[in-house]
Amino acid sequence: MPRPPFEVLEHTADAGIVAHARTLEELFANAAAGMFSLMADLGGVRQAEQRDIDIEARDREALLVRWLTELLYYLDAEEMLFSRFDVDEATDTRLRARAYGERIDPRRHRLHFGVKAVTRHMLEVAPENGGYRAQVLFDI
Amino acid sequence: MAASWKEILQKIDDWRWLLPKEYKAGMRVPGLIFASEEMLGVIGQDQALEQVANVAFLPGIVNYSMAMPDIHWGYGFPIGGVAAMRVEDGVVSPGGVGFDINCGTRVLRTNLTEEELRPHLKELVNQLFRDIPSGIGGHGLVKASMKEIDEVMVEGARWALAQGYAWPEDVESMESGGALKGANPDKVSQRAKQRGMPQLGTLGSGNHFLEIQVIDTVFDREKADAMGIQGPGQVLVFIHTGSRGLGHQTCTDYLEVMEEAAQKYKIELPDKQLACAPISSKEGQDYLGAMTAAANFAFCNRQLIAHWTRQAFERVLGRDARDDLGMHLVYDVAHNIAKIERHRLSGREMTLCVHRKGATRAFPPGHPDVPARYQRTGQPVLVPGDMGRYSYICTGTQQAMTETWGSTCHGAGRVQSRHAAKRMLQGVDIAQRLAERGIYVRAQNRGLLAEEASEAYKDVAQVVDVLHEAGIADRVTRMRPIGVIKG
Repeated sequence: MPRPPFEVLEHTADAGIVAHARTLEELFANAAAGMFSLMADLGGVRQAEQRDIDIEARDREALLVRWLTELLYYLDAEEMLFSRFDVDEATDTRLRARAYGERIDPRRHRLHFGVKAVTRHMLEVAPENGGYRAQVLFDI
Repeated sequence: MAASWKEILQKIDDWRWLLPKEYKAGMRVPGLIFASEEMLGVIGQDQALEQVANVAFLPGIVNYSMAMPDIHWGYGFPIGGVAAMRVEDGVVSPGGVGFDINCGTRVLRTNLTEEELRPHLKELVNQLFRDIPSGIGGHGLVKASMKEIDEVMVEGARWALAQGYAWPEDVESMESGGALKGANPDKVSQRAKQRGMPQLGTLGSGNHFLEIQVIDTVFDREKADAMGIQGPGQVLVFIHTGSRGLGHQTCTDYLEVMEEAAQKYKIELPDKQLACAPISSKEGQDYLGAMTAAANFAFCNRQLIAHWTRQAFERVLGRDARDDLGMHLVYDVAHNIAKIERHRLSGREMTLCVHRKGATRAFPPGHPDVPARYQRTGQPVLVPGDMGRYSYICTGTQQAMTETWGSTCHGAGRVQSRHAAKRMLQGVDIAQRLAERGIYVRAQNRGLLAEEASEAYKDVAQVVDVLHEAGIADRVTRMRPIGVIKG
C-alpha cells in the first residue's frame, strides 16, 4: 500500500506531522499540506492567489523549518490560507516554490486551531524506502 | 525513556521529588519536581521528566532544574519548567521562554453577581465574541503602523493607556507595570513585526480564551478583599493570550541564531530546541532585547482585549464600566518569560536570568516589585483551569522566593493530546454538555471544543493543592466559568 502524503503526529501539548514522499520536492510540498490541514479543511480553500517562495538554509532540517515558517508569515501578515504547493526545486540548502490559496473567510472556510510556530523538537528529514520522510512538531 | 520514573526519582516529602544529577551524564544540577505521588503517574507518561533532565545541561544553571505540578511534555524545555542561570557565566535560551513570548493571563473584577448577569449572559458572550477577534485570521480593531508597533514594544500596556485604551490604575496592577525595561525593537525582525501588526488586540486560538467566571470559594478573605473580591457569586473576567505572531516569529528567528551561537560557544545540547547563548554575549543580549520587546507587545495585547471587554459589558448592561460595574484589573501576569532578577541562595545575593516556561512569577509580601496594593498579600497569581471546571487566584510566598526563584505553576497542564481528546469525545457535543451545566460557549469551530475539554487537562485543583501544601503559593479564591470564548 502506498504511504499517505502525511500523517498526524500526536504530542501532549501540541501536534505535528510526518510526511512521506519519493522526492525532496514532494516531501516539502506534503509537509506544507500537512501543516495547513491541521489549521483548516483544505478542500474548501480556493487557489486564487499565489505566493512565490525562494529560501536558503544551512541544512535540510533548517530548510524545512524556514519553508513552513515562511508560509506562517503569509498566514499572519496577509491572512493567506494555502491549499496547494508546487515545489520547483528543493536541495539540501535551497527551496523554490509556489504556494496557492486565498484570504481567510471564516464564513466559508472550516477553520481548526492555528499553528503558532514550527519547533525543532524531534525534527527530522531522513531517507526512507528510496524516498524521504520528514517529522515536524508544531507549537499550537 | 526510563523504565519507571518512580524508581529514579527520590522522594523528598509528599510534594517534592528529586531527579538525581547521576540520572544522565551532562546534568549540571539535579531536577526538582513538585507533584503528589498520584500526579507523578501521569507526569511520567511522556517525555516531560526527560526534558527536566535536559534543561539541567544548560551552562550556569543554579540549584535545580525545576518543574511545577502542571508540567507536561514541551519542545526542549518542559511546559511548567523553571530554570535560573547566573548572569556572569550562564546562558539564555529562547526555548526556555517559548514561542508565545509573555503568554499570560489577566483578571478583571466586577461589582456584578451571577444572579444579575444571568439574564444577559448569552447576549454578553455574543457581544464579546463579536468585539474581540479570535481564531485563525482574526485581525485587530487597532490599525497600528510600523512605527506604532515599535512604540508598543517599548511602552507595553502604557501605550494603550496613552491611546485611551486603559485606566491609569490598570498599569499599576500588572507584572512589571505592563512595560518591561530593556526592550530593543531594533532586534525584532521586520517579518515578526509584520506578523504582529494586524494581530494587536486579538485572542488567537489553541488554549487561549476569554471567560466570564463566578467566584465559588474564597479561601483567604483578607487577601481576596485586597483584590476587590467580596465573595461567592461575584462575576470576574479571565483572559489568556500572548504576543501572537510577533512573539512566535521572534522566538523562531532567535532559535536559528542560537543554534549557531551554541556551536560557536561550544555548548553541548541534548536537544536542538534548547539552543542558547551566553547571557553576556551579543546573541544573548540581542535575544533579551527582542524577547522583552515582544513581551511588551503581549501586555498591550491583553490590555486592548480588556478595554473591549469593558466596552462590551457597558453596551450590553447599559452601565458604566468604571463607576458602576467597577471593572478594575486585579492583576496581569506572564507565564512564558525570562527575566533578570535578584535572588538569594544560601545567604548570598545573586543576579539570575530566570526562565519561566509555563510558570508564573509568585513574589511574596513585601517584595519591592509587588504593587503597593498587594504589599501585604503578596503578588496575585492567576491560574487558569479548563473551561468545564474552575480557575484559581493564588498569591506568592516567601517560600517560593527562597525555593523556586519566586515562581509557581501556570495552569492545569494537558494530559491528553488534541487528537486523543477528539477521539475520546467523538460524537459528544461539548457546547451542549457545557450548556446543560449553565456554561455558554462560543467558538470559531464547535468541533474543536473537544480538544479543550476538561478530559484533556489535569484537574487544576490538584495542581494548586500541591503548591499550597508545599508553601509555594497560597490559595485565595476559586472561580467557575459561566461564559467562554474560544478562538
